[in-house]
Amino acid sequence: MATEADAARSASTPGWHDIILRSFKRNEIGLVPYVPDRVLTPLIQGLHDDPFFTTFATAREEEAVGILTGAWMGGRRGALLMQTSGFATLPNVLASLVVPCQIPLIMVVSERGTLGEFNYGQSLVCRTMRPVLDALAMEHHTMTRLDELEFTVDRSIKQAVATQAPVALILSPLLTGGKVFA
Amino acid sequence: MSAALSNTKIMNRADLTCRLVAKLKHEEAVIGGIGNTNFDLWAAGPRPQNFYMLGSMGLACPIALGVALAQPQRPVFALEGDGSLLMQLGCLTTIATLAPKNLAIIVMDNGIYQITGSQPTPARHADIVAIAAGCGIAASHWAADEEDFERLVDAALATAGPVLIAARIDDKPGVGATRRDPAQIRERFMQGLGVRQPI
Repeated sequence: MATEADAARSASTPGWHDIILRSFKRNEIGLVPYVPDRVLTPLIQGLHDDPFFTTFATAREEEAVGILTGAWMGGRRGALLMQTSGFATLPNVLASLVVPCQIPLIMVVSERGTLGEFNYGQSLVCRTMRPVLDALAMEHHTMTRLDELEFTVDRSIKQAVATQAPVALILSPLLTGGKVFA
Repeated sequence: MSAALSNTKIMNRADLTCRLVAKLKHEEAVIGGIGNTNFDLWAAGPRPQNFYMLGSMGLACPIALGVALAQPQRPVFALEGDGSLLMQLGCLTTIATLAPKNLAIIVMDNGIYQITGSQPTPARHADIVAIAAGCGIAASHWAADEEDFERLVDAALATAGPVLIAARIDDKPGVGATRRDPAQIRERFMQGLGVRQPI
């Protein structure tokens, strides 16, 4: 569980959310709309607490994709935070806006539906995510290890911007602890 | 037709779009929504500060919000149809909450999906302006006629937003045909906003 994993680390060891926040900052990712997820809560809180970031909830993930597309065209970088089921609402806007317009959309997806999922619907939705990403030939990485996280996030953001192509950064329960049945 | 004020005139989208564009003297950004709104924006004449959205129905307002957040000194207009807005009504709450001073939304409301065969939308008993006001966009208005539309656009350019202007329009199709080249549209728009230089 995330809380136990966090407790096991020394106080000085940055958590996964600290590393993502730091990588965002280094790469000038300042606009961060999200549709919340329990696992993402410490990252969302960290973004709200840091005046560098403009972070807010949107009613729907598609909406955040539109906002980030407009912001990119206006010269401001951002990233979208969501969970697996949120990603599943996106294929139309990815295929009709993001990919053909060459928008370097940074997506951070908290992975539900695997490694101890308790909701059958979530596990089915999860199985649609990578086939959609692969069908659109979109770059994606599943992050399972804290020691690889900074490298993956930092390089993926740089690659997205340099190649004007979107990327999905999938946060595995192996990294975050995931959400467990209460 | 949505439940507009009974004394609002039925106008024409292409005509209103031309009236809007004629007032844009300071490189204001305009986001044309899917289909007829961007066809008529295209027909109103080329502007590097126009973005023509070819897919992603419903995202004209969110894209305009993103531009407005990125460039807070530049006025930004979203042109959206009533059917398109219905797909993403939640964005009105986001816009109301963030309250960008430089964002104006223009909704062309004919109560139908004109481009797919003029089927009525499910919002025939809905009032777009009341919805927007209910979402928290206090400056939401029906344009009574063309003159009133122009007055509302002038007010949007002169005062702090966000603003929503709704206009009842007829069932005529768009008069232009946007060139479907998304990468070039995006690049030209970025150049128009001063973000990119031509190579």
